[in-house]
Amino acid sequence: MARVRSKDRLKNEINASSMADIAFLLLIFFLVTTTIAEDKGILVKLPPWSDQPADVQQFKTRNVYSVLVNAQNQLLVRGQEMKISELRDKTKEFIANPTRREDLSESPKRALISLKNDRGTNYRTYLEVYNELQAAYNELWEEAAFKRFNTSYEQLSNANKRTIRNEFPLVISEAEPTSYGVE
Amino acid sequence: MAKFDRKRGKETPAISTASLPDIIFMLLFFFMVVTVLRDAELKVRVIIPYATELTKLEKKSLVNYLYIGRPIEKYKDIYGTKPRLQLGDKFATVGEIPLFLEKHKVTVPESQQPGITSSLRVDGDVTMGIVQDIKTQLRKTGQLKVNYSARVRPPQ
Repeated sequence: MARVRSKDRLKNEINASSMADIAFLLLIFFLVTTTIAEDKGILVKLPPWSDQPADVQQFKTRNVYSVLVNAQNQLLVRGQEMKISELRDKTKEFIANPTRREDLSESPKRALISLKNDRGTNYRTYLEVYNELQAAYNELWEEAAFKRFNTSYEQLSNANKRTIRNEFPLVISEAEPTSYGVE
Repeated sequence: MAKFDRKRGKETPAISTASLPDIIFMLLFFFMVVTVLRDAELKVRVIIPYATELTKLEKKSLVNYLYIGRPIEKYKDIYGTKPRLQLGDKFATVGEIPLFLEKHKVTVPESQQPGITSSLRVDGDVTMGIVQDIKTQLRKTGQLKVNYSARVRPPQ
């Protein structure tokens, strides 16, 4: 017995030089399977479900900016055709109303954007329109941040961000879509 | 001077590689932690549209994914060419969304549950009909935080 033990003691060092190779193999496996690319997108908050459709009639016509997208992916803004590229600037003008026009919103707080699409509208077009509306607000927030705090909106504290957002509240109301262009 | 140099050159010791495994292991653990194994094989064609006003989704464990698109070539014979919804790794109907959300919800600690976001990964060529049905279902289920997945347009 004693002899065996002494033999054990002689061999008790495990050769660890292959450890690096094993670790390398694992490392390469994880390198290959890793997807670091994170998900990005337009974050929205849907309104809670209610059985009664929202009533846009209670708002004054001048405060409502109606955007319609039909199944041919054409845009009808306040009864007039428009290109998507114009939408951002026109929306900004509507919300801020810098020249105090009678037909645009009374104040940014009362402005409401009503978006309505068809069931046959392309998702790409829908997202582009939504993106432009969101961009209009983002630009307004950015401008307000520079005017009031002299920094960009991103760098503001949460409380200051909230003040600006309260001044230009983002209200996009989505009506139940029409179904003229169902696939 | 010359003598001194020669002597040192002869005695260059071999660099010890004993710490190499440790370094590799550190790298290994880093990648193990950041890795998210591809969980779902896509059965629908999803080419995400471009947008500019993007927000990053911070916590991956709080996000569940809904894929919407037309079935890929392999499944066209069985499922047709109309846009379909994919939950997890199989085709699903709109009615299965509440169960899917609930299954994801139980994996999230209760304190973080208000932060759960549903990411809609929708193909650009899909019509709004199915997207609308899914949005309605999400609203009825009470899942109101939604992300329309989009990507940055590459510079031309």
